[in-house]
Amino acid sequence: MSTNISDKRLEAAEDAGQYLTFQLGREEYAVDILRVQEIKGWERATRIPHAPDYVLGVINLRGAIVPIIELRKRFALESIDFGPTTVVIVVKVASPRGERTVGMVVDAVCEVYNVAHADVKAPPEVGSSVDTAFVKGLATVESKMLILLDIDRLINASILDGIGAAA
Amino acid sequence: MSLDLEMEEIHKIFFEESFEGLDVMESSLLNLDVNADRETIARIFRAAHSIKGGAATFGFMEVSNFTHGVETLLDEMRNGTRPVTPDAIQLLLQSVDGLREMVKAVQAKQPIDAQRIALLADEIAQLLARHPGKAAEPPAVAAPAPAASAAAAPEPVAEGANAAPEFLAGGPGWVIDFQPHRDMLKTNNEPLRMFAELERLGALNVIADASAVPALAELQPDACHLRWRLELAGAIEKRAIEEVFDWVDANCSISYQHYAGTGAAPAAPPVAAAPVAVEAAAAPAAATAVSAPPPEAVAVPAAGAAAAAAPKGASGGGDAGSIRVSTTKVDHLINLVGELVITQSMLSRFADGCSPAELEKLREGLTQLTRNTRELQESVMQIRMLPISFAFNRFPRLVHDLSRKLGKKVELKLSGEGTELDKTVLEKISDPLVHLVRNALDHGLEKPEARVAAGKPETGTIELAAFHEGGNIIIEVKDDGGGLNRAKILKRARERGLVADDAELSDDQIHNLIFAAGFSTADTISDVSGRGVGMDVVRRNIQDLGGVVQISSTEGAGSTIRIRLPLTLAILDGQLVRVGAHTYVISLVAIVETIQAQKDRLNAVPGGAELFRLRDEYIPVVRLYEMFGVEPDSRAIEDGLLVVVEAEGRRFGVLVDDLLAQQQVVIKTLETNYRQVAGVAGATILGDGTVALIVDVPGLVQVFNESFTGGQTLAA
Repeated sequence: MSTNISDKRLEAAEDAGQYLTFQLGREEYAVDILRVQEIKGWERATRIPHAPDYVLGVINLRGAIVPIIELRKRFALESIDFGPTTVVIVVKVASPRGERTVGMVVDAVCEVYNVAHADVKAPPEVGSSVDTAFVKGLATVESKMLILLDIDRLINASILDGIGAAA
Repeated sequence: MSLDLEMEEIHKIFFEESFEGLDVMESSLLNLDVNADRETIARIFRAAHSIKGGAATFGFMEVSNFTHGVETLLDEMRNGTRPVTPDAIQLLLQSVDGLREMVKAVQAKQPIDAQRIALLADEIAQLLARHPGKAAEPPAVAAPAPAASAAAAPEPVAEGANAAPEFLAGGPGWVIDFQPHRDMLKTNNEPLRMFAELERLGALNVIADASAVPALAELQPDACHLRWRLELAGAIEKRAIEEVFDWVDANCSISYQHYAGTGAAPAAPPVAAAPVAVEAAAAPAAATAVSAPPPEAVAVPAAGAAAAAAPKGASGGGDAGSIRVSTTKVDHLINLVGELVITQSMLSRFADGCSPAELEKLREGLTQLTRNTRELQESVMQIRMLPISFAFNRFPRLVHDLSRKLGKKVELKLSGEGTELDKTVLEKISDPLVHLVRNALDHGLEKPEARVAAGKPETGTIELAAFHEGGNIIIEVKDDGGGLNRAKILKRARERGLVADDAELSDDQIHNLIFAAGFSTADTISDVSGRGVGMDVVRRNIQDLGGVVQISSTEGAGSTIRIRLPLTLAILDGQLVRVGAHTYVISLVAIVETIQAQKDRLNAVPGGAELFRLRDEYIPVVRLYEMFGVEPDSRAIEDGLLVVVEAEGRRFGVLVDDLLAQQQVVIKTLETNYRQVAGVAGATILGDGTVALIVDVPGLVQVFNESFTGGQTLAA
C-alpha cells in the first residue's frame, strides 16, 4: 500500500468510516476496514462439489477452512488470469450462525480511506455491474468514485446462494 | 453484572452435583430392592439432604420443599420407624424422576411441572400420614392434604379450564400445546412424523403458531421456531399420546388438556377447583416455609455449607483425585494438538530436501517430535474419554420398570462397562441405546409362558456389551427372544412398497429393512414401541456419529444389534484417494476392501446405474468423479480402483484413480464459514498444507440413489 499522506486517510473520526478499497475491472470498491481480517496472496483452493462457479473452493488459513470467492465471477465480469497483483482479501462477516471468514479474490488492493458518513450518497437505481442490494452507497474521494459494498449481505448471499439450486 | 456471572457459576456446580446426587439415589434405590441395608438407605438420605440444603440456599424453594418430603420418608426408613416396602421404593424412584425434571427445569429457567410435583408430594404425604413416623414438619404435611381432599378426584390430567375447541364437536378429545425447543430438529426428530402418528389415534387439527419465527436474515434453518396447538378428537389414553412424543420429551415443552366430551360445562367447576386447590396448597406450603425461616435460616446455610463441603470431600477423597474441567478447555487443547500433528507432518516432508549431514540430525529430531506428538495426542484424547458405564447406568432402572410393566421376566447383563469413549459420542449414543433395549424387551423377548412353551428358560436375558476393536468401540445389544420374523418383515415391506413383490432378498437385507422410516411389524402398538418412528432415528443418530449399526438375528433364538463407533469425533482414520488432481479422504471405518476392477464384471441396468459383480453379489458402482464433478485420469473402470464401502447395511463400489496413504486426519467442518455440502462430511488439512475433502459415505450413497430412478432403493 502506498504511503500517500492525505488528510482523509489519517485517524478515523466518529462521523466517518474507514474503508479498504480494491480494484475490480475498471471500478474501485470499498469495504469497511473493520471487516477486513487480512490480505494474502492467491493460492490454489480445493474445489467444492456443486458449488456456484464463483466459489473457487476452500483454503487452509492457519488451520481454518476458509472459502474463496472470485468477485469478478460473482459480479459477472469477465475472468482474467491471476497475476502478481491478484490478492485475496479475507473478511469476517456476521451471519446467522455466528462469524464467517471468507476470502475474496480481487484484481488489486488500493488504499485505505476515511469517508465521512455524510459524504456517502445513495446508489443509483441503474447501471452498475453490482446488484444494488449489495451497495451501501457511493463516495467520491480524490475525484474517484468508490462503490461502498455491504459486505455482510454480499458474502452471506453468496454462500447461501445456490442452496435452492443445489438442493 | 459480574456478580450475576459468579452466581451462574455457583448455580452450575449445584446443578451438576444435584444430578450426580439424584443418580446415586436412583442406583441405590434399585439396590434397595434386593438388600435393604442401613448403609444404602443412609446414602440415599444424605444425597436427598444435600439437594434439599443446596436448593434452599439458592432459593429454589419448590425443589427444596419437595425434597423435604422425600427426605422425611427416607429418614423414617433410616431410623427404622418405617419398613422398606417395594411400593415405597417405587414412589421414591418416581420422586427421583420428578426431582430430576424439576432441577432440569430450574436449570433451564423454565417453569416446573407443578402438577406432577404436587401429585407426587400428595402421595408422599399420604404415605407419611399412614405411618406416623417422625413427622418433622407437621404443617408441611397438612398443607398438601387439604389439596388432596379439595380436588374432586385425583385426576392425573388437567381438565381443560377453557371451553372445548370447536373441532372436538362436543366429543372427548385433547388439546396439546406442543412447543419444541430451538434445537429439537437437530436430534433428527421431525414434527410432521409425530403428527402423522397422532392422526392414527384420532382426527387431528393442527394449528401452527409462527409468531416466534424471526426475520429471514436471522433465521437459522435448523432451529425450530414454531409451536403448535394440536386438537385431537377421540377417547384416547393420555399414554398413547405421550408415547408419540417420547423421543423428544427432553427437547420440548408439552401440556395436555383433556376434554371429557358433552357436558364439558358442568365438568368445568369441580375441575377448575383442582388447579385453584393446588395453588392454595402451594400458598400455605410457601407460608409455612416463610414462617419457618428463622429456625431454618440458621440451619439451611449451615446445611448448605455442609452440603457443599461434603460432596467436595466425597469427590476429592473417593476418586483418587479427580478434577472438573470445562469441556471448552479440553476442546481447545484437542484443537491445538491437532494443529501440532499437522505441523509435525509438514516438517517431516521438508526433511526430504536437505544435505546428508544436516539430514541425519534433522531426521532424528523429527522422529522424536513425531513420537512426542503422538503420545501427547493420545493423552489429550484420553481426557475426553469417559467409561460407557455412564450410559449403561440407566438400564437397570429402565429394565426393572419396563419388565414390570410388560409382565416379562428379564435379566440384564452388562459387560465392558469400563470401556471408554468420547464424551460427545457417549451423550449421543444414550438415546439410541435406550430405544434398542426397549425394543428388545417389548418385541424381542416373549412372555414367560411363551418362552416356557418354546423350551426356553422363563427369564429372558438382555445383554449389553461394549469393547474396543481395531480403533473403534463396539456396542452390542443382545437378546435371547424370538428374533426377527423374516416372513413378517418381508410382508410388511411389500405392503409399504419398500420392496418389489418379486424381489429376492437375503436374510441380511430383510433384517435391514427394519431401519426404514415408519417401518413396524408390530401387530399391536404398545405403550413402549411399535410406532415405527424409532429404528430409523436410531440409525441416523449413529450415522451422524460416524458409526454403523448392523443387526443379525435367528428366528426363535434372538437378535444381536451391533453398533460400531469411532473412538472420537475429532479425528478420523482415513484412506486418502486420488481422483484426477484432487485428493479425498474416505473413512477407514466404512471401507471393506479395495480391488482392481475388471471390465467384464461391470453390468449396466435400466435407469443408468452400473452394477459390479463382486464374488457372489452385485454392488452398485459410484463414480466419484461424476459425484463431485471433477476430471479423472480415466473413465474406464479397469484403469482405476474400486473402493468397496459399506453404508446402511449395503455395499457400494466407489471408483477412484488411485489409493494414496492412510493417515489420521483431523476433521474440520465446512459449515463454519461455508455450508453443508451433500456427500461431503468435512474437510481436513493434509501434510502439504492443502485442504482435502472428507467423503460422507452414507450421504454420498443417498445422493447417488437420488440421481437414479427417483430414489428407489436398489435391492440387487
